[in-house]
Amino acid sequence: MVARRQFLAGGAALLALGGTQAWAAPSAETRDPRLIVVILRGAMDGLAAVAPYGDPDYVEQRGRLAHKEPGQEGGLLDLGGKFGLHPGMAALHPLYAQGRLLLVHAVASPYRGRSHFDAQMVLENGLNAPRSSGDGWMNRTLAAVPARDPVRGGRRPADYHIGLSIGQATPLAMRGAIPISTWAPAASPAVSGDLMDRIAALYGADPALLTSLTQGIQAHAMAASVLGQDPAMRAGGARRSFQPQSFKALAVATGKLLAAPEGPRVAVMEMGGWDTHSGQGVLDGRLAPALTGLSNGLAALPEAMGEAWGNTVAIAMTEFGRTVAVNGTGGTDHGSASCALLVGGAVNGGRVLTDWPGLSPDRLVDRRDLRPTIDLRSLVKGVLRDHLKIADRSLDASIFPDSGAAKPLGGLIRA
Amino acid sequence: MTPAALIALNRFGLGADLGAGLGAGPSSQSAEAARDPRGWLRRQLAHQPTPAAFAGLPAGGVSVPQLAAKDKTAAAVAKEAEKMLREEARALYAREMTARLAMQIAGPAPLLERLIAFWSNHFTVSIQRPALIGMVGAFEREAIRPHVTGRFVDLMLAAESHPAMLFYLDNYQSIGPNSPAGRRSKRGLNENLAREILELHSLGVDGGYGQDDVRALACILTGWSIARGDDPSPGQFMFRPQTQEPGGQTLLGATYDGAGKRRAESALAALARHPRTIKRLCAKLAAHFSQDDPPPTLVARLAQVWTQTDGDMSAVYAALIDSPEAWEPTPRKMKSPHDFAISVWRLLGDDSPAKSRLESLALLGQTSFAAPSPAGWPDREADWLGPEALVQRIEWTHHMAEKVAPRVDPAQLLDAAFGESAPIALKQAVSRAPSAADAVTLILVSPFFMRR
Repeated sequence: MVARRQFLAGGAALLALGGTQAWAAPSAETRDPRLIVVILRGAMDGLAAVAPYGDPDYVEQRGRLAHKEPGQEGGLLDLGGKFGLHPGMAALHPLYAQGRLLLVHAVASPYRGRSHFDAQMVLENGLNAPRSSGDGWMNRTLAAVPARDPVRGGRRPADYHIGLSIGQATPLAMRGAIPISTWAPAASPAVSGDLMDRIAALYGADPALLTSLTQGIQAHAMAASVLGQDPAMRAGGARRSFQPQSFKALAVATGKLLAAPEGPRVAVMEMGGWDTHSGQGVLDGRLAPALTGLSNGLAALPEAMGEAWGNTVAIAMTEFGRTVAVNGTGGTDHGSASCALLVGGAVNGGRVLTDWPGLSPDRLVDRRDLRPTIDLRSLVKGVLRDHLKIADRSLDASIFPDSGAAKPLGGLIRA
Repeated sequence: MTPAALIALNRFGLGADLGAGLGAGPSSQSAEAARDPRGWLRRQLAHQPTPAAFAGLPAGGVSVPQLAAKDKTAAAVAKEAEKMLREEARALYAREMTARLAMQIAGPAPLLERLIAFWSNHFTVSIQRPALIGMVGAFEREAIRPHVTGRFVDLMLAAESHPAMLFYLDNYQSIGPNSPAGRRSKRGLNENLAREILELHSLGVDGGYGQDDVRALACILTGWSIARGDDPSPGQFMFRPQTQEPGGQTLLGATYDGAGKRRAESALAALARHPRTIKRLCAKLAAHFSQDDPPPTLVARLAQVWTQTDGDMSAVYAALIDSPEAWEPTPRKMKSPHDFAISVWRLLGDDSPAKSRLESLALLGQTSFAAPSPAGWPDREADWLGPEALVQRIEWTHHMAEKVAPRVDPAQLLDAAFGESAPIALKQAVSRAPSAADAVTLILVSPFFMRR
């Protein structure tokens, strides 16, 4: 029978119940990498998040969506002379000076159409085309993570889940053969351990239900022991987990779960609010709250994660960018390249990494979109290789099949 | 209650209802199911699928093309008009879903509601595209309900030509490259609807078609659009000849030529009658009502009836009701969060306001008409019973149980749900539970109630 009380006693009880031996004590020097992937659904306008104000065509091409230069009132936050961070992302800006924020611009997945569905599918399935086998590149990454526990030595216990999905439904990127943990803020009051025991007894003859319940109780106990009884985590948040204003609380919870010694190591999160076809705005409008929500969440990670922050990389990526020019309704339409954000104590940042294609009309895709010059898979491969220590052959064969031409980007991770 | 009555109520329906109240004996539906389980199901197929409760809901709903037309006025006015229409659309969604929930919880034909929801999910339109929020209710009322017991070809044509579908899968703005409009503009073909029709609505992903067929069907579908604010009947289906790709198009070896709306109707009718479509949809229907991997004999029998009757859905449903495989005693199929919540509300005689019911569906992870992709909500146990989802389902159920505990005798509730077929293990667990709320929770989250 499953006894929730035992789980609530903490991580040690949790491991003992799994029938596995406790791990050896950690050694201080070993790297124990954490990875957070944030999927920005709806196509983030990379030219608004990281504005190329130094491009000679910027003001003319962006029209009334152009930001003021750094130093002016309401102006961009400077990123070294040519690019500026959106003024709503002030919380994140100090990490740039600390070298822990890397902006990668004019980046795109191999998808070149303009459908959200298909583009998100390619972003997550890691293939060259929208249709997929039904699993995602993050789950395939879990299969390729070195089996040896980097801190404690030895193999990880069989019932240990390195992957974590935040929210009720698991995104395609994290779906697949490797079991993962899932967590979402509770939407209803918790149920007593006694009642859970009684339910588990009823499930004795139904193995599928019993397995699921056991794992669910285990994940909740893990979360409760790490997160405590934070009221912000029990406020009907599940159905709002997609929204910008919920992102910070979810990011803090994710950071704490990944920081826990026996916690998961690779997490996926989602955030909406990016499909700004109308009323996009500059300092106000529909886009600024989304950027601020993202910034506040990522900027909260160092405190949430403590020492584990030094071993962390968070990547925020979107399915495609948006048109350079403003449309007839004060917004932008589906485009091509956008930018990606890398944040973390393990990030070799403090720079904007780009092969800048320029904004003059003849340099744009179809004379309307920022031209992709960096393959998003190269970026991800660089992180997986140098941070998670994934072998090259896994990167090209199982994780991103047929992607040999997209070489891993080096130098993203601090030596 | 006999085992067959339980199967009729749960596997084919939305669960036992409370009737006149706890202790007042079986409800009229439970009594009828006990007397004549198969007959009760067959009689439901003759019910009016679009009941009077839906009268007064607007044709086509509130649609975005109407927004687009009003946007042509001065910017400030347009902004105000857009805001009003968005609020109107949200309010309409609440009204539509309230009427739908009322039919599912208290209507006379739960099997019919199951079938309607099945086809609405097969032909998914989703408010994940927020502009659809005012149209999804109209989609089910206008495209699915009137045809649910009719011929499949009519159901499919109604679904593909509904403005909600034409908007959801972008066909309304698809333009034949060689059409008069295509030669004038940079915009062109959109293959979204064509691809999903082949992959999701008819043949299936391994259905023996290629990219040429996708493109051909997209060309065939050009012209199928939505009336704008400055057209007659804004928001309704509109055929636009100036965007129709001219010339013959070859789809799966057959050539479709001619002009007008009919060309696409012929192509869709051929897809609706294709043997691969029939086999695939019979398997999907059988999986929905029996188990995730349905017996091949059941699928074959449904396909045979479908073929013989040229897709008379009533005959196919009757064959399902008459199939012994569907009455296999062990309940294997897991209820989706939506059907689970409906069955809880039916059994508890719940009178929560519609708003709180919609919130419950959201936190259980299945907001109505909000499927994550055009593939619709999944229908396999593994998709719904992840650890997080199961714990949240239990917590939600306990929350519901606490609300009703003061007025409910768990033993009577157990009787209303299972009658004399109540499993001994569950009886014991209920009798030993330390509180009424815990006892009610145990009944509702037991495998006997969650599976059907």
